[in-house]
Amino acid sequence: MTDRQTTFDKVAELIEPFNKKGVALSDATTFQHDLEWDSLTVMDFVAAVEDEFDIIITMNMQAEIENVGQLIDAVIKLGS
Amino acid sequence: MTDLFSKFDPLIQQREGLLATGVRDPFSLVMEEVKSPTVAVCNGRETILLGTYNYMGMTFDPDVIAAGKKAFDEFGAGTTGSRVLNGTFRDHRDVEEALKEFYAMDHAMVFSTGYQANLGIISTIAGKGDYIILDIDSHASIYDGCKMGDAEVVAFRHNDVEALEKRLKRLPPEAGKLVVLEGVYSMLGDVAPLKEMVRIAKEAGAMVLVDEAHSMGFIGEHGRGVAEEQGVIDDVDFIIGTFSKSVGTVGGFCVSNHPKFEVMRLVCRPYVFTAALPPSVMASSATSIRKLMHGSNKRAHLWENSKTLHKGLRDLGFQLGTETPQSAIIAVIMPDLERGAMMWEALLDNGLYVNLARPPATPAGMTLLRCSLCAEHTAEQVQDILKRFAAAGRATGILS
Repeated sequence: MTDRQTTFDKVAELIEPFNKKGVALSDATTFQHDLEWDSLTVMDFVAAVEDEFDIIITMNMQAEIENVGQLIDAVIKLGS
Repeated sequence: MTDLFSKFDPLIQQREGLLATGVRDPFSLVMEEVKSPTVAVCNGRETILLGTYNYMGMTFDPDVIAAGKKAFDEFGAGTTGSRVLNGTFRDHRDVEEALKEFYAMDHAMVFSTGYQANLGIISTIAGKGDYIILDIDSHASIYDGCKMGDAEVVAFRHNDVEALEKRLKRLPPEAGKLVVLEGVYSMLGDVAPLKEMVRIAKEAGAMVLVDEAHSMGFIGEHGRGVAEEQGVIDDVDFIIGTFSKSVGTVGGFCVSNHPKFEVMRLVCRPYVFTAALPPSVMASSATSIRKLMHGSNKRAHLWENSKTLHKGLRDLGFQLGTETPQSAIIAVIMPDLERGAMMWEALLDNGLYVNLARPPATPAGMTLLRCSLCAEHTAEQVQDILKRFAAAGRATGILS
């Protein structure tokens, strides 16, 4: 299993409690349109990701992250 | 052509939907007459004001009005200029002196509004490569200050000490950091755990800014705010405040002990590139601030009002924003916007004005009826307020 896949699996695990409609996840899954998250859910989820990977995702960065793939890339970059 | 207004369509539809249910527009109320800090005439009806932030009732204080009138006569209607050019009159300096006395701090800078004080100070002191760490429920003026500046912005869960600590520890130790907190959060009227948060911020090498807009004049031994009440005011680098609440006029300010603070007057754009407040407003404000220094009896009565209203509303069966009364704001949680608007209208028909607050201004998508008490509300008025809440609550079916 690649490192990216490991990160994807971990992120998918963190998405699960917020994935009310059971949307199938891929890199292209968007938080706003596919998962239909509001700003409050986004905040809770970001906090969970930050704590899991011991990183900071600033609001400036969050504005650029629209889908799961972009988040994985950001997590890998921030954690390296 | 793309209509640039099409992005507002969902809001326009929501508003039309709400008005179609027959309720009056909660965001276009007109006060036809204002009789006192606690009573106005709205829709031809005498109405108790319970949503004005006029915490200390200074708007009709005879000394405050007399000072304003005198300055109006002596200095004219307006300044027609920036503070750094022709807009600093005697009373602009005097109100800054009054603030330094009130807070026992070395520097004070007056802005045209509290919004501009946050916008100016935050956007100017936190620059590229610096970090702003803020509570997720921060006021719009704080977020707008962040947006106007070039710093990286990190949010933490509302009033969560551990979340703040974790985030501070993950930031580069050498980076410049500004932690932005509020004394009282205006939507629910809850108070921040400043004692712990300020200590943690200082340990992480951050500077601390506290917005005390809703606590000035009321909370703390000298009315300096929550930071004073919790014993950490000496560790706070910047206090932001406003004249449009307890002071009873209009304007905003920042006070600080930072030795280089005065440079802000040259580099802070929302201070430089706007007109200074009229001299009458400055004279009224200076008088009001100095009177607030001796307002301990009024503060005690305001606490009584807050406790009575909080207990009374809870006993009636309303769901409130805080378990205990923590400030002069008491938020009544409504089931949804439609019933919130119905209840708001029923209260107004009963001669009581409160604020209807809804997302995005509110946390967690809540609709709130926000009550802000005044030291000039009599004990009888508070009982009257409770009766009107009971009547409106039953009429709308929010109370069973």
